[in-house]
Amino acid sequence: MDVKLRILRFNPETDRKGHWEEYNIEADPDERILDLLHKVKWFDDGSLAFRRSCAHGVCGSDAMVVNGENMLACQVLVKEVSNPIKIEPIRGLPVIKDLVVDMETFFESYKKVMPYLVNDEVPGERERLQSPEDRDKFEDTTKCILCAACTTSCPVFWTADTYVGPAAIVNAHRFVFDSRDNASKQRLEILKDVNGAFRCRTAFNCTTACPRGIQVTKAIEDVKRETLTIN
Amino acid sequence: MQNTTRTDWGRRQPPIGGSNFELYAWFFMRVSGLFLVLLAAGHMFIMHVFNDTLNLDYEFVAARWDTPYWRTFDWLLLALSILHGTNGLRIVMHDNIANKLHRSLALYSLYFVSTAFFVLGTYVLVAFVRQS
Repeated sequence: MDVKLRILRFNPETDRKGHWEEYNIEADPDERILDLLHKVKWFDDGSLAFRRSCAHGVCGSDAMVVNGENMLACQVLVKEVSNPIKIEPIRGLPVIKDLVVDMETFFESYKKVMPYLVNDEVPGERERLQSPEDRDKFEDTTKCILCAACTTSCPVFWTADTYVGPAAIVNAHRFVFDSRDNASKQRLEILKDVNGAFRCRTAFNCTTACPRGIQVTKAIEDVKRETLTIN
Repeated sequence: MQNTTRTDWGRRQPPIGGSNFELYAWFFMRVSGLFLVLLAAGHMFIMHVFNDTLNLDYEFVAARWDTPYWRTFDWLLLALSILHGTNGLRIVMHDNIANKLHRSLALYSLYFVSTAFFVLGTYVLVAFVRQS
């Protein structure tokens, strides 16, 4: 089938702002959006810049706005979206070139919530044990691949990039509800800031955007309630 | 070379001891929202269903305010709705006014107007004496 691909291009060396460019491509309905981008880059215009790595929805490199919604280009098939297909870089982060954005503020927020296990107690000769029930409490948030689809779909993040964003809160949730971790209180202290979890207005864009199906807004509400119980 | 390990990095002091304001504001919105539904529904039924606003006169209000119960009811409705509404607008302004100066101006005007209404309303409720 013939596919019309519209890509929001931006070249920092010549452009002051982005502009739409159109590409007509012959594609199979079962091909992915990422395959279309490859066709453009490999056979049509080699200057097109975008990120991708594993191409199978695991690395989280190729989040982009497809027909107005955040998704991973490697996860969506041509037949699943309407034609013409409009592709833009994810919103709220500075564009470096074409579909490549500067993820620095995103990862800064991520680091801020201490996304690693903190436990100074000696575990003994075995690993730290945990019941299946305790493990279930944070099962959902272990699935995050840091693609930034949630954070860059958040209307609060668009207007205030000081907000830590859903992804950081999801990753805080991952450890706050981990029975083996000892730093929940510190994480919740960080997230009770004006730019922390309470900046969330429950727009639910993040939950819709998450390519891993994480209940992002629910995780944020869990964190808010937990902050209330420790204070 | 400085002797740092990964756990040392993990021990960096997070900004602890910050204000709980946003937490309490969030909780207040939920609790006051719940009360407001009851108070506002009560208010609406009294004013518009059991009575007709067209027939409400000085005597009706004065009779209601003879008891401290209705004064408290009205004051709670006033206080909660002003606080709830002001906090909601504060959040909207925080989200939508990027310019710092404009935001401060908007916020302070909001606080001024809210305080004025609250003081005025409270004054009327407390100082009202029936003129016969």
